[in-house]
Amino acid sequence: MSLIEIRRLRTEVEEIRHEYGPQPAEPLLRGSICVVMRNPYAGRYEPDIMPMMDALKPVGLEMAQRLVKALGDDPRKIESYGKGAIVGSKGELEHGALWHAPGGYAMREVLGGAKAIVPSAKKLGGPGTRLDVPITHINASYVRSHFDAMEVGIPGAPKADEILFALVMTTGGRIHARLGGLKAAEIRGEDGLR
Amino acid sequence: MKARIRKILTAVDEVHIEMGKTVSPPTRRAVAAAVIENPFAGKFEEDLSDLMTIGEELGDLLTRKCVEALGIEGGRAESFGKAAIVGENGELEHAAAILHPKLGTPVRKVLTKGPALIPSAKKMGGPGTAIDVPLGHKDAAFVRSHFDAIEIRVADAPRANEIVVAIAVTDSGRPLARIGGLQKHEIKGEDGLR
Repeated sequence: MSLIEIRRLRTEVEEIRHEYGPQPAEPLLRGSICVVMRNPYAGRYEPDIMPMMDALKPVGLEMAQRLVKALGDDPRKIESYGKGAIVGSKGELEHGALWHAPGGYAMREVLGGAKAIVPSAKKLGGPGTRLDVPITHINASYVRSHFDAMEVGIPGAPKADEILFALVMTTGGRIHARLGGLKAAEIRGEDGLR
Repeated sequence: MKARIRKILTAVDEVHIEMGKTVSPPTRRAVAAAVIENPFAGKFEEDLSDLMTIGEELGDLLTRKCVEALGIEGGRAESFGKAAIVGENGELEHAAAILHPKLGTPVRKVLTKGPALIPSAKKMGGPGTAIDVPLGHKDAAFVRSHFDAIEIRVADAPRANEIVVAIAVTDSGRPLARIGGLQKHEIKGEDGLR
């Protein structure tokens, strides 16, 4: 049986026009894509879970491509990102950690070489569990205007023997960001931090 | 536009596998929600016609968002539904004013047809409140395979002076519908019921 058996997907796009402050010319877009799939390691301790990490690579790539498309189909417009996982109750947190390499790889591939680490969150949960996925700038983690988070989840998922993986991207920082710190315009872009 | 929109959330939910069985083609349900200012928050207003106009505007806008997210012609839609969540400084009648008098006509225009009653739900709530938008076939309310609902929530809405207005559109019924009743190929499509 294939390691990858996707049961359901949910793509969401938020078009944020203002938060009771000055309205920018272009609304801010924040998007998420969640897939829920069978957890091939549910219900037992499996010492070697690395095969799943490789198997998730094409899944991540397709998710990243779909998400960019939902956000206007221009990878150059994506400014920040994040990723996350919700493991059903018959799995373990380590199964969620499988997403670290393929989720990050997929977004960097699609965005043409983003430099910053992809912030992440993971948890164990039952159907309908929500996850706050942290978000930071794709090229410099310290850009203060882009520190954010987006709530994701799929109603009815994950079941006990399932696992949910999420990617999040935005076209900008917080809508009325005004707290100083490193600005996107000041990024040196060498170390992924500043 | 009369509606003062803070943000719009659009989601597409696809089911590829249900109970181990492949769903082909996958069922797809879209839901779009606008977060608007409630012009009558905090006071009793006898004349709610402004909210009726807002309903008319959102009927068009949100239905187009759904159809666009599904990537289909309006005429290919199969079921629909509508809902509203009123923030704590409003009243349930505000939801009724948006949903019932004028919202349906532009919805049916975008979907080219749709003589059936648009099923609806409404409630009061705070930020992050979820609502289950009921779904029914757009040409014949008795089509049993299309009775369904889709959950939507906007993590930061409605604030006290806001209203969340949602419209759902699908291109399919439930994933493994098999409980008989009126089938979609049997629709006469005259009275909106059968």
